[in-house]
Parts: sequence; C-alpha cells; structure tokens
Amino acid sequence: MQAQPNTDAALRRLETMQLIRAYELALVELQRAGAPGTCTSVGQEACAVGVIEALDARDRIVSNHRSAGHLIARGAEPRRLMAEVLGRVDGYCGGRSGSLHISAQELGVVLTSTIVGGELSMAPGVALAQKMGKGDPGGIVAVFFGDGAACEGIFHEALNLAVLWQLPLLFVCENNQWQAFVHRLETMAEAAIADWARGHGLMVETVDGNDVDAVQDAAARAVAQIRASGGPAFLELSTYRQRGHFEPDDQTYVDPTELRGWLRRDPIRLYSERLRARGLIDSAGLTALQLRIDASITAALAYAQTSAWPSPETLTEYVYA
Amino acid sequence: MTPYSAIPKMSRMTAEQAMHQALREEFQRDPDVMLMGEGVATKRRDLLDDFSAARVRNTPLAEAIIAGTAVGAAASGLRPVIDLLFAPFMTYAMDALVNSAGKLRYLSGGQFRFPLVAIGMTGGGWSVGGQHNHNLEAMFVHAPGLKVVMPAAPADFKGLLKAAIRDDNPVLFFADIGLLHEAGDVPEQDDFIVPIGRAAVRRVGDDVTLVAYAKTVNVCMQAAAQLEAEGIAAEVIDLRSLKPLDVDSVLNSVRKTGRLIIVHEASGLCGIAAELASLAATHAYASLRAPIIRLTGPDAPAAASWVLEQAAIPTVEAVAQASRDLVEFMPVSLSETNLCTPNHRSAGSQSCIY
Repeated sequence: MQAQPNTDAALRRLETMQLIRAYELALVELQRAGAPGTCTSVGQEACAVGVIEALDARDRIVSNHRSAGHLIARGAEPRRLMAEVLGRVDGYCGGRSGSLHISAQELGVVLTSTIVGGELSMAPGVALAQKMGKGDPGGIVAVFFGDGAACEGIFHEALNLAVLWQLPLLFVCENNQWQAFVHRLETMAEAAIADWARGHGLMVETVDGNDVDAVQDAAARAVAQIRASGGPAFLELSTYRQRGHFEPDDQTYVDPTELRGWLRRDPIRLYSERLRARGLIDSAGLTALQLRIDASITAALAYAQTSAWPSPETLTEYVYA
Repeated sequence: MTPYSAIPKMSRMTAEQAMHQALREEFQRDPDVMLMGEGVATKRRDLLDDFSAARVRNTPLAEAIIAGTAVGAAASGLRPVIDLLFAPFMTYAMDALVNSAGKLRYLSGGQFRFPLVAIGMTGGGWSVGGQHNHNLEAMFVHAPGLKVVMPAAPADFKGLLKAAIRDDNPVLFFADIGLLHEAGDVPEQDDFIVPIGRAAVRRVGDDVTLVAYAKTVNVCMQAAAQLEAEGIAAEVIDLRSLKPLDVDSVLNSVRKTGRLIIVHEASGLCGIAAELASLAATHAYASLRAPIIRLTGPDAPAAASWVLEQAAIPTVEAVAQASRDLVEFMPVSLSETNLCTPNHRSAGSQSCIY
C-alpha cells in the first residue's frame, strides 16, 4: 500500500508534470514555426517527476534525448532550456547541444547522450566515480533510458558491470512502447524489459509509469535499497509516448485504439482526478494552475527568443579542454 | 647551468616495459589514475598489489562498456586508462570514444572534460591477421575532441603515455606490436614527459624529408643510412603524435629539403600521409623541388601469412628508391607516372593509385 503524499508534495507533483507538458507543447508549436525539431516526452511526465523526487541533491542523473522531464523535474529553468533548443547563448550548453543532449552539471544532470544506449554506457562510470569517492558523499546515480535502449547490447553490458562491481546505480527504464518508428512488440521476444534485468540478479520492480505516486514510491524504495546496499536497482516504468518519435511526426503508423487507450490514462489527467477526489484541488484551482504555468512558459519563450545567437567565431571553442 | 641531478638517468628497457613504468609512476603520482581492461589486473599484478583493486580492474570482454565506463568516470573526476588490447576491438568502443568522449565536452558547452587514455595494439609483426592488426589510427584522427599518439622509441612510449594520462582530453594511444619488444634507452625520472603534439627529428639532412611514425620510423632510419653512403642526406621526422600533428616541424624540414616522402603502415586513403602531403603542397609549395610521395600500406585487411603481412609494410628499399628518384627528379624528364611504378614502393603498397 503506497503512502499518500501530503498536500504540498501532491500539488507539486501535479504542477511539475504540467510544467513539463506545457514546456514541451510549446516546443511543438515552435517547431511548427520553423524551430528545430525535438523529441518530446509527452505522456511520460510521471516517470520523470516520480523518480527525480526520490533523489537528493547529492545524486547524479544521466539522461537521453527525451530529457526535458528529467531536467525540469530537477529544477531546470524552462527559459534556459528553450534558449538551448533555439541554439542561443543563454541555453544550458550555450546553444551547442540543442534539444538532444542537454546537460546541466549545476543540477547534477550529467552526460546526456542522444545515442540510444549511450546513456547506459556512461552511467556505470559516473556511479564508479561516486563509489570511489569522487561525488558528494552517499550520492547515487540514476540513468534514464527507454525500451529502445534496452534492445541495445550495451544494456546488458551496463547491467552486468553494475551488479558485478556493485555500483550505486538506479536503472530507470521508461518503457514507452515505441522505439523510433517501431512498436516494441515488433522488436522484443520478452514481454517486459524487467524480465531481462532479473537475469542479472538485482532488485527489479515494475511500476505503472503513468501513476506519479506509484513511481515516486517505487523509486524511493529503490533509492533506499541502493543507499543501503551500495549496489544497483532497476525500475521498469510502463508508460506511453503520446507524440511521435520527434517533431514533426504524423504518427500514421500508430494504432489509434492503442493511443486512445493510453490517452485515457494520461498521467496528468489521472493525477488531476486523484487530487480532486482527495479534495486537494478543484476546477478553479486547476484553471488557475494552468494559467500560471502558461504565463511562465510565455515568459520563458520571450527570454529564449531574445537571447543572443552564439558568435560564429566561437565555433571551435570547447572541442578540447 | 644544469645540476648534475638533472641529467637523466637512463635505463635500457623494451617499449612494453616503458609503458608499464609510465603506468606505475602515474599511479604513484596521482590517486585518481586507474586502469581498466581485459586482464589488466592479471597482467599487471604489481599494480594491483601496490595500489588497490579499486584502481586496477579486470573487466568483462566488453569494449563498449569498458570505454563507456571510462568516459563516465573521467567526466566525474577520475583519470581512467583502458587497455582494449587490439586496436580493431576499439570499433566496439566507438560510441563511447567518438560520440561521448569526443563530443560531449563540446555539446555541453564545456561543462565536462574527459581525461582518459585508451590503449590498443596494432601493426604487423605477430601474424595475427586483420581483426587484431589494423592501423585504424586515422579514423580517430578524424574524430573531433580526441588526441592520437603512436610512438616509435621506447622512451616515447613512456613519455607519451605519461603525457596522455595527465592530459585533460581523451587520448588514443596506439602501440605498434612490432615495436613492443624492441629495447631502447628510457629516462628513469618521474617527471619525464614527451609533450603530445611534438614531432622528433631523428636524423638531420638537407636532401629529402622522410616523415614516419611507429615502426616505419626505423624503416626510414635504415633507408637514410643507406642513402648516406650514396651521398644523399635524408632528414627523418618521427611524428609521435598524429593529433595534434606537428605540422611546423614537417613544413620547416620540407622548406629546407624541397622533397617530401611520408611513410606509414596504415592505408594511404585519407590517411596521415595524405593530410601532410596536402599541407606541404599548400604551405611549402614554393620550396618543393619534386612531387610528394606517399609510401603506405594497401587498402586491404592485414593478412596473417608472414609474407603477406610484411608485404603490406613499406620497405627500406622502397623508401631509399623513392628518395633517389626525388633527388634525381627533373620536371621535364620524369613523368608523374614514373613515380608510381612498383619499384618505388613496398610490394603491397597502393599509395600511388590515389
């Protein structure tokens, strides 16, 4: 039986999920207006918010091309993220990353790779450094990846090494059912990623990835286990990529019945209903929340659009240390 | 004034022993230095015993995760050295080395640095065939963010490995199999470093510049000795580092001799020799008295058969003959085609067809 979050925590979860959603939908609009395309995590917000809430400031996060949720849940400013997506100097990476490999070391979001599987290759090394005393004392590492990355060989190499060397590493598989343009039913003989993970001999839990309370609960258990044992743990969060692989993507290849079913289980919708049922928020409160978030995204966009472009003279800066 | 103690104490040792000494000294000097790879704790038992199991780690035979782990550890404050055994195995580690170590500093706007060293053996000499012997160093030269070194002399094996470990960038360290058991004089002092990016003039001469790296340095030195008896003074440059390339050393020599021959075991196509030929043609054009010649391995996998393996390596005779041809070269009397006849190159070399 999972614990009920207190009012503040519950409202914060809802607000963060809505902020991620509003931020990414703004990127969709920007792309339609000619900005670079992005890979959104629309529909997966509960995964990011639930897991990140279970982490401390001393912990590190390794992410992938669908990183907006992880970054915003960790406290990244939408305006600096937007500036990055638009290639401006005020972005977290000075405009060199764009949307695909945003890292923010100041937030502990390190080494984002857009190569599917790249995040899994680097995460054990970050955890090894933690174990060898390089990070903040007691810190662990959480690596976010998808079912697509789980089909890369590096998935097993990373799990094997993390278990073998007992690395403080939380594997977070956001199984969003889609691997670029292919449904995972076409690419995997096993029903779940967790079945593969269990073979490596670590704590594995499968969770409804659209239930933010359930995700937070399971993540907190996994994190506690990692801190206590020093070794890794694995979460499979079952969720759904509501939008295409990247923007634009017309999703003509998606089964509309399946999509409708998952839209009914939209994590923000589910959580709004839960909080209303608990009496923590009403229609007026939800509207006010949405208006506040929309205003903040509008301000963020204005900031990003007025941020300067990097100077072409800086083209080869940061190639070498 | 040089104090007596500053005169380096030299010891005779093989390149392999020089590399081990470099590792030992850097382990001693910096507690962040660590070693991972397939058998490093087995083969370097003294490091395991004298330092710690945390710092000397055997790994699964899984190059992708070895390299990826090094990348993550390097960005987090450690200085990992990874031994990937044979250079062709690095193709399994390409994502970590090329996409992560080489790019994520840049793509993050300078938030991270990746002080790591990846070691791989390559080159003819052990009859191991093309999946263990592949001089693919130019592939890594083409990847931004990486440095690449490939020494010839045992002292440079030590000095470059120490420099690579201390460098804040990812360095690919290629060890020529054919040189690992060659002995040479190696400085013993702990602070001996060979700076990355600096070539060494191994022999001074005015008539022709021979540029090489790894085992073909010795090929050029032998050719130069032959040529001396014929009255041709060859200058031999050992590149040592392939990225950054010491372009100035090569150009200065070419401006003096007016003749350039570049020799390496790796395939010629889009290789180090091609790059240097282009730079010389652009920046030392007025000094050139003859066409530039490349003597390289062929665009073919390395064969295991001793005869075929050796046929892929530019020979002393090919270098000597190419040097004579350049010295005798007269623009009106010798066509470009003549410079491409087989006797100017090793039996297997295809350098002129490009």
